[in-house]
Amino acid sequence: MTIREQREDVAPAPQPAGPARRAPRGGRTPTRRRSRIAVLREDLGAWLFVLPATVLVLGLSIFPAIWAFILSLQEWDGFTEPEFVGGENYAELVTDEDFFAAVQHTGLYTALFVPMSVLAGLFLAVALNRRIRLIGLYRTAIFVPFVASAAATGILSTYLFSPQYGLVNNVLRSIGLPAQKWLEDPSQAMLVIALMSLWGQAAFTTVLYLAALQDVPTELLEAARLDGANRWQAFWRVVWPQLAPVTIFTTIWQTIGAIQLFDLVYTTTRGGPLDATKTIVYYLWEQAFRKLEFGYGSAVAYALFGLTLLITIGVVVYSRRRGMEAF
Amino acid sequence: MTAILDRAASAGTQAAAGPRGDRRRRRRPSGWHLVLAPIALLFVIPFFQMFMAALSPAEELIAFPPPFIPSRLSLDGFVALFTTTDVLTWLLNTVIVSGSAIASHLILCSLAGYGFARLRFHGRTVGIFAIIATIMIPTQLLMIPTYILFARLGLIDGLGAAIVPWLASAFGIFLMRQFFLSIPMEIEEAGRIDGANRWQVFWHLVLPLAKPALATLAIFTLLSSWNDLVWPLIAINNEDAFTLQLGLAHFQSTRRTQWELLMAGNVAATLPLILFFLVAQKQFVQTMTLSGLKG
Repeated sequence: MTIREQREDVAPAPQPAGPARRAPRGGRTPTRRRSRIAVLREDLGAWLFVLPATVLVLGLSIFPAIWAFILSLQEWDGFTEPEFVGGENYAELVTDEDFFAAVQHTGLYTALFVPMSVLAGLFLAVALNRRIRLIGLYRTAIFVPFVASAAATGILSTYLFSPQYGLVNNVLRSIGLPAQKWLEDPSQAMLVIALMSLWGQAAFTTVLYLAALQDVPTELLEAARLDGANRWQAFWRVVWPQLAPVTIFTTIWQTIGAIQLFDLVYTTTRGGPLDATKTIVYYLWEQAFRKLEFGYGSAVAYALFGLTLLITIGVVVYSRRRGMEAF
Repeated sequence: MTAILDRAASAGTQAAAGPRGDRRRRRRPSGWHLVLAPIALLFVIPFFQMFMAALSPAEELIAFPPPFIPSRLSLDGFVALFTTTDVLTWLLNTVIVSGSAIASHLILCSLAGYGFARLRFHGRTVGIFAIIATIMIPTQLLMIPTYILFARLGLIDGLGAAIVPWLASAFGIFLMRQFFLSIPMEIEEAGRIDGANRWQVFWHLVLPLAKPALATLAIFTLLSSWNDLVWPLIAINNEDAFTLQLGLAHFQSTRRTQWELLMAGNVAATLPLILFFLVAQKQFVQTMTLSGLKG
């Protein structure tokens, strides 16, 4: 059952018996001004509901986020006295070649993964949006990898793409193509990671597009067919524009996810070969938790945050200008 | 953003119900099978290989060329997994982390969601705004200070470090709040008239209506807490407090050649969620449209 169905399940409640029987603490009794103590008690009672979760969430996000900014202005290894260095970490970041290499690797992954995942989602949604035999089985097959963890996917990738005994090279050999080095080749490793990410996450974009496809009014399609459009034209001229908000949403969402890539790199290549898969977050993790550069690591984290915000704002502004409502 | 999440959630339901909606239409053989069958196969093969490798004799996995299907089924991998590693401890740890995450999410987030949706109190607007704002903060920004904080609290290297960040989430509060906003006010007013206090209204009237939202929250929390790797990797170095994912990542570097064991570990970490997925498929798909927050 869903949120929307639920709403309809609820029978209308009986009306109050009479004006005399009002809820005693509804906060809407205009006849008598409530005393300050009553208001305070009311507030306290309500805060008991929201306080535990609010304290946990804010305590583990806003407070550390502010702390991270202070850390980014310091040089600190966690043991000695922290030293205030102002914007030095950021200045260092701008000229840090390793950081820019990490930005490039992240950019490569994003450029490979995001279009693949949006297009695959669109294609799979169109294909799965049929009333044909076995469709449930097809859907299950495509959705089930979504539950696999990055650790499991990483180990699986290393196995399937192993240069010596991996299934993928075995298939290549059997159709007469040369075996590849895959994760051990700096120019191919990111591709393998992107492909395996796609395997695990295709279900996400698919399900969003599938949902949006159900929302396209059938009258529009019928009108297009009456006007003589073939299937292909009807899709690109009628359905595709209707899907624009979802396309923008999934693009932003997948991009934000892509520039935060870490897990799958850690469980496949550990940033190698020759640092070719060292992403921004991998670099951040290495600086902070391997080299214990808490200040510099925090500056990297803030750079990542800034990048995320820029991309989001950029896409939102662009889509507003084009008159597409995504948010 | 709220609007699109709402839309995705409601439309996701229709999508899940869609193909069953019209049973009367005759199903004719379709060309789409030629497209869908190979794709579905591509998605299934990695899992198939995982199970086959887990059940293969060790020597066959490093043979050349390797057999697609093992010549005989062997439990070498699972024997090695259970005898030479602490996988049972890790499994138990993961169950504890996920179990407490789900229990705590269900209680704390529904309480807070209800409070922010329905109760009127000073500071409500600021509170809900602050919570929604935190969704935009990337977790990577929080890793370093949280690590330092937990180290000072003496939580690092213990299971507590893995548990605490999963006790509540902004997404959970937001999800429950959206749900409670959709419940008609009359229900509560009726309860109040019958003399129930705020707590009784919440517990006896509103929460039982929230089962679909609670199921969604539980699935989402299970998926993300069970599969979390980066935080345990940072916060836990002590093998007794490893989670399954951390144990797997650890194997990956120390037991590179023991594929049967690695795959048996993969099966142990993934199979519970696959079975869960197969049972709760419909709800699961709706949850995915809502979340999209898989890390």
